[in-house]
Amino acid sequence: MTPRHAALTAEPDVAPVTAPPPATTIPVRPDRPATGERRRTLTTVRNTDVFAVLGAAVAAVGTTSLLFAQLAPFDGALGFVVVAYLLFLAFHLALVSLDEAGPVVWDRLAGVLVHSLAVAMLVALVVVVGFTLYRGRDALGHLNFYLEDMRVAGPLDPLTVGGIRHAVIGTLEQIAIALAITIPLGLLCAVFLSELPGAFSRFVRIIVEAMTALPSIVAGLFIYATLILALGRMKSGLAAALALSVMMLPIIIRAADVVLRLVPGTLREASLALGASQWRTIWHVVLPTARSGAMTAIILGTARGIGETSPVLLTAGFTQFTNANPLQANQVSLPLFTFDSIRRPDETMIARGFGAAAVLLALVLLLFVLARLLGGRAPGQLSRGQRRRRALASRRDALRFAARDRARPAGGRRTDPRTATPGGDPDPSDATTR
Amino acid sequence: MTVVVTPSDAPAAGAPADAPRRVRQRRTPTDLVFRGVIRFGGIVVLLIMLLVGIFLTLRAVPALRTMGWRFLTAQEWDPVGGNFGVAGVLIGTLLIAAVAIVIAVPLATGTALYIAEYAPRRIAPMLVNLVDLMAAVPSVVYGIWGLYLLQPHLLVVGEQGEGLPRWLATYLGWFPLFRVDGYDPRDPLGSNSALTSSTFIAGIIVAMMVTPIISSVMREVFSQAPVGEREGAFALGATRWGMIRSVVLPFGRGGMIGGTMLGLGRALGETIGVYLVISFVFVIQPHILQSGGGSISSLIALRYAESNPIGIAGLMAAGLVLFGMTLLVNFGAGLIINRSRSGAASDA
Repeated sequence: MTPRHAALTAEPDVAPVTAPPPATTIPVRPDRPATGERRRTLTTVRNTDVFAVLGAAVAAVGTTSLLFAQLAPFDGALGFVVVAYLLFLAFHLALVSLDEAGPVVWDRLAGVLVHSLAVAMLVALVVVVGFTLYRGRDALGHLNFYLEDMRVAGPLDPLTVGGIRHAVIGTLEQIAIALAITIPLGLLCAVFLSELPGAFSRFVRIIVEAMTALPSIVAGLFIYATLILALGRMKSGLAAALALSVMMLPIIIRAADVVLRLVPGTLREASLALGASQWRTIWHVVLPTARSGAMTAIILGTARGIGETSPVLLTAGFTQFTNANPLQANQVSLPLFTFDSIRRPDETMIARGFGAAAVLLALVLLLFVLARLLGGRAPGQLSRGQRRRRALASRRDALRFAARDRARPAGGRRTDPRTATPGGDPDPSDATTR
Repeated sequence: MTVVVTPSDAPAAGAPADAPRRVRQRRTPTDLVFRGVIRFGGIVVLLIMLLVGIFLTLRAVPALRTMGWRFLTAQEWDPVGGNFGVAGVLIGTLLIAAVAIVIAVPLATGTALYIAEYAPRRIAPMLVNLVDLMAAVPSVVYGIWGLYLLQPHLLVVGEQGEGLPRWLATYLGWFPLFRVDGYDPRDPLGSNSALTSSTFIAGIIVAMMVTPIISSVMREVFSQAPVGEREGAFALGATRWGMIRSVVLPFGRGGMIGGTMLGLGRALGETIGVYLVISFVFVIQPHILQSGGGSISSLIALRYAESNPIGIAGLMAAGLVLFGMTLLVNFGAGLIINRSRSGAASDA
């Protein structure tokens, strides 16, 4: 407890007659709790730095063009980029060393290298996403691509026939079943790991951490060997969903466990000290505090599962037909459809494969944006709407307490000054008021 | 109110005033039920996980009994003929992962350093999101990117196979790793088929998948380097790179190693990207630029449909070997991250 929290003006022991009526002073909290030291921006960019970079870039491109067009028998785009980049580094080094000392030259060189590595990463991401969307544009433009399955379409048929309805249905059903298994079980297990510490839960945690290393194809192989070979069930959407569950369960448990452990111990202790039982503490304090982070964990786990091909490849089977029943018969999903069609020789099938990949990518993107909108806040940090609702609830409680105290006969229990002030601004971030 | 806490003994007269007393707790029925339920959840998860492990081991036993230790040294895959082993694909798996790590670690380090140290404060969260998004892109998308863009348009272009692999084979071919048998880069009639579908190209695809994973672990530890030490380095006259070298990198070393090992674990188990690109061979193929290679996971994807029990047992054993490797790597990563200074700070 910081001194500011203790700013409640308690009643003096010997109350003089002229003392002001007891009141509660709620500490004004900053919007964001100040956590330790904050980093400051300590660097500036000088004009000469910018000129050195620009000059070196122009010189490098010019020299490389000269080299490739006139002087040497070089060609190839990749070679051009590599040679230009190396020349750029050399020119930049030379320019900087004209008016800086040794350590500064190395600093500039390192800065340029770090920047270019980050740019390379960004370019790679843009190229991967952009290329998929670009190659998928042919298929994505046709409405039938979303509304039909491949029942009537042969591999040589144009893109105006056939689509990926069956794959979309399969993906949604499989991930829904997998989530119906993993979310309750995963959260239950994560709560167990963080709330009942002991030798047994340490053992469970070790096993769960070990299972995060399970390659997804081995998860698929497990379900294939048990459900399909040993028990003699057909390949089906359910089998695929079970394989996905085996794969996703450790991921979700581990992420949720980390989030639950981030809930401040003081919150828990405060709730217990107020007399709440362990169950009420977890349900009303710990889980709401960790909700944002747990949501992120689940959605990111879903994004992982929805794009996973290898477990589905072994367990779902392949079909051209729409099969809405996950319990029986083959059921195809988006990654599997992509995997199957782009390995065929026909241009239209490849285009369909890219179209399905683009739809899959859009689904992942959607999940990702959802995760960032719903979650992504530190534990206990509330959105504006949540803060307003908490404040309203707290004010209602205060009014209710005041009314109850007024209704009580005058000789009754003494009014608790801490809860009986309806006018005071209630603490908005008190997680226990609901 | 509901948990009754009674100190069982009053402090003895001679004891110091603040000695801890034994506290007895009596839990309410609701609490007992609740604890039972979550303990049940933990037990169910434990059973599922143990079932997977035990089942894999049990089903792998026939294969291991047939082959014994030769399972790790034989290169062929002929379960019916009684001669099969993972030597070839095991080396292939390790080579692909090695190529991936060699490419991914500098890229990830650069990106993490940029986000933690160089990027303007305002765009850094957006970059973090982009890297996380890159980790969420499905592996099949990376696979088709490699198959349709990387290989034919960037690395092995045209009939002659222009690109980085050809350059490496031509000028560094004396180095055993880069040798390409039966390929003469100076032969004008040569075909590019000796350079496609190689371990190198599969490794690049896997590198794209693991870079964001490594990068986000590294960024996390870099951004936790203490502000006081940073500013202290600046106050002593360090340049930004000097500060990074003397404060950020030593502080984040555990996270860097741990993140790399996590990425390695993912790279070892990657299936689809490798399966799409590589042309499968069952021999030890140490030449990473040469067409042909293999990995344990793509072996499983290739051969799971064979219905004879010994074949499945062999695949189970191969899967077990793979799982053992990733397990070892992941636990190593966890240990290193937790033991390091940055790990201790992040665990609080």
